[in-house]
Amino acid sequence: MAADKTNIVENNELPVAMIDVATSFADWLIILPTTIALMGAALLIMLRFNKAIQAGLAILIVIGIIILEIRLFLNVMEFGTQSMTMGKWLPPFGISFTVDVISIGFALAGAIVTLAVLIYAQADISSREVKYGFHSLVLLLLAGVTGAFMTGDLFNLYVWFEVMLIASFGLIIMGGRKIQLDGAIKYGFLNFLATTFFLISLGLIYGLFGTLNMADISQVSAQAPIGPLTAIGALLLLAFGMKGAAFPVNAWLPASYHTPHPAVSALFGGLLTKVGAYALLRSLLLIMPSARDFLDPVITFLAIATLILAPLGALAQTNLRRAIGFLLIGGVGSVLVGLGVPTIRGVAGASIYIFHSMLTISALYLMAGLIERIMGTQDTRKMGGLYSASSWLSILFLVLVFAVAGLPPFLGFWPKLLLIEASLSQGDVWLVVALVLNSLLTTIAGTRLWAHIFWRAGPIGENSEQQNKKLKPLTLREKYLCVTPTTILVLFIVFFGLKPAMIFDAGRMAAYGLLDKSEYVEVTGLADPTKEKVE
Amino acid sequence: MNTVIFRTIAPILVAIMVVFSVFILLRGHNEPGGGFIGGLIAASAIAIYGIAAGVEEVRKALKFDPIAIAGFGVFIAGLAGLLSYFYQVPFLTGLWAYLDIGPSKVALSTPLLFDIGVYFAVLGTIAAIALALEEDEEGK
Repeated sequence: MAADKTNIVENNELPVAMIDVATSFADWLIILPTTIALMGAALLIMLRFNKAIQAGLAILIVIGIIILEIRLFLNVMEFGTQSMTMGKWLPPFGISFTVDVISIGFALAGAIVTLAVLIYAQADISSREVKYGFHSLVLLLLAGVTGAFMTGDLFNLYVWFEVMLIASFGLIIMGGRKIQLDGAIKYGFLNFLATTFFLISLGLIYGLFGTLNMADISQVSAQAPIGPLTAIGALLLLAFGMKGAAFPVNAWLPASYHTPHPAVSALFGGLLTKVGAYALLRSLLLIMPSARDFLDPVITFLAIATLILAPLGALAQTNLRRAIGFLLIGGVGSVLVGLGVPTIRGVAGASIYIFHSMLTISALYLMAGLIERIMGTQDTRKMGGLYSASSWLSILFLVLVFAVAGLPPFLGFWPKLLLIEASLSQGDVWLVVALVLNSLLTTIAGTRLWAHIFWRAGPIGENSEQQNKKLKPLTLREKYLCVTPTTILVLFIVFFGLKPAMIFDAGRMAAYGLLDKSEYVEVTGLADPTKEKVE
Repeated sequence: MNTVIFRTIAPILVAIMVVFSVFILLRGHNEPGGGFIGGLIAASAIAIYGIAAGVEEVRKALKFDPIAIAGFGVFIAGLAGLLSYFYQVPFLTGLWAYLDIGPSKVALSTPLLFDIGVYFAVLGTIAAIALALEEDEEGK
């Protein structure tokens, strides 16, 4: 905080401006969701011994954030990209928050998932964990995720990654079982490694361009020497690929996501890997497209490998939540396809896929939590007979399986359709084959889970024909707190699947925003390319 | 460690360190110092008091849970940013007010408020870690 002598308020007068346009409430919508989440986390940790108000306050804060984000979403859809640069410093010196359709769309989906998880968690966590700051950590995670989606500055993105990392460490060990520590070490080590790679590439970017503002870099990256630029692009691909769990750096995800509470798994599955996927799109499409062009064969290969190997992994799993982890990884492959065919359709497909995956994967993990609660085990071999116990759950699960596999009429179908169209128009036949194969294998893996859990009467072995006696029916409280949010998420998936027009519009705008940087640059306040670069 | 000399000196030392940490915090705007280093000094004062008098005693003396202090710091740092809403300037813009107290002019500003937030956040976090470690030591 260096002093600036021109920036002095005397007698309540407005200071001499660095940015001289008055900031309106609409501009404040850009920063408020992140700030409120962060301050809400701070408030809840101050009140952590007051267990009674924790849940209610956290839910109220998230609802407030959702309302603000809906306002911001409507503003962005109507007036285009919005930006605010902190502290009145002109960009690229001040940290910019620049919100386009893709940012606010993902942030909104993230907040909705967080709300569902918070309600679900009331039946999932103990009062001891409330005292340890569960709700505060969830809000901190939301602050990190929202900040990462909205920031327009690469170093700031790194900071939000760290915020997410701190919150997720706290959440993944909550409960303190041995297996959780095991999962936390695998999760923590690889994510630390990924953020370190990201930090290294930030150093290289600053050395090459002298700026870390995304809009600023995007203006000069085309003229940069291709060698260093490609190295940076490859480092970012590795770092964000690791965060997003793309092949071959995906092993940490199924090894850790099944260890915490199901609610926490849902939060991680819905938010964390998506931030990695989003950062990939943002950095390689908007900021340095020439590096992406050079890395195109690598991205195509990674996309195909991820698409095909992940559902095979799911087929081999007998642990329910590990299997879902592999299905999640398969989705990252679809995002990579969009990165490999950077047309409007391809990028729109990838953006919609991320949105779809946030809702679907969270709902699947919440569902897994319900199944584990009734069955008393994570092992699908010991499960069976749930269909006769609860046909409603079996319908929800089947819908989710179809959605994640990309079968019509659910939300997952439309992004896959766009991606296949885009790959065909680019002549990437192998991508099409991989996408279709992925859908097929995912359907097999998912319906296999469904058959084992719901269809088969009892656990594997001699008694598999007899009705499972070990089922523990849900209490009324569990029905209200757990089944309701899961059902609402599934209803979102069905609704957007049947009425995809709005999603298509938003996806197309998101793709334009990423492929044509002019609006992003202009809104950030860096429109003049002849402007002399300092540094 | 638990000698008579140390136990006698510790309260005086701690008092001096806490006052010094506040001094460092307040001079930090234009000169070396600031909320981060001030918070670290205050946290080391608390750690020293913990070694001398025992963690139980420190927790009683602090009145508030160290983690809550850290949360308070983050909260008022956020508040410092939100204040600029009322002046129609972007988030975290520095706002200044000058108070004439006798012959001297005292500058109050939102960066100072932010720095106080950083002070409490660092103090709370490091104190919580230090006290938890010292508690482990005592348990053995």
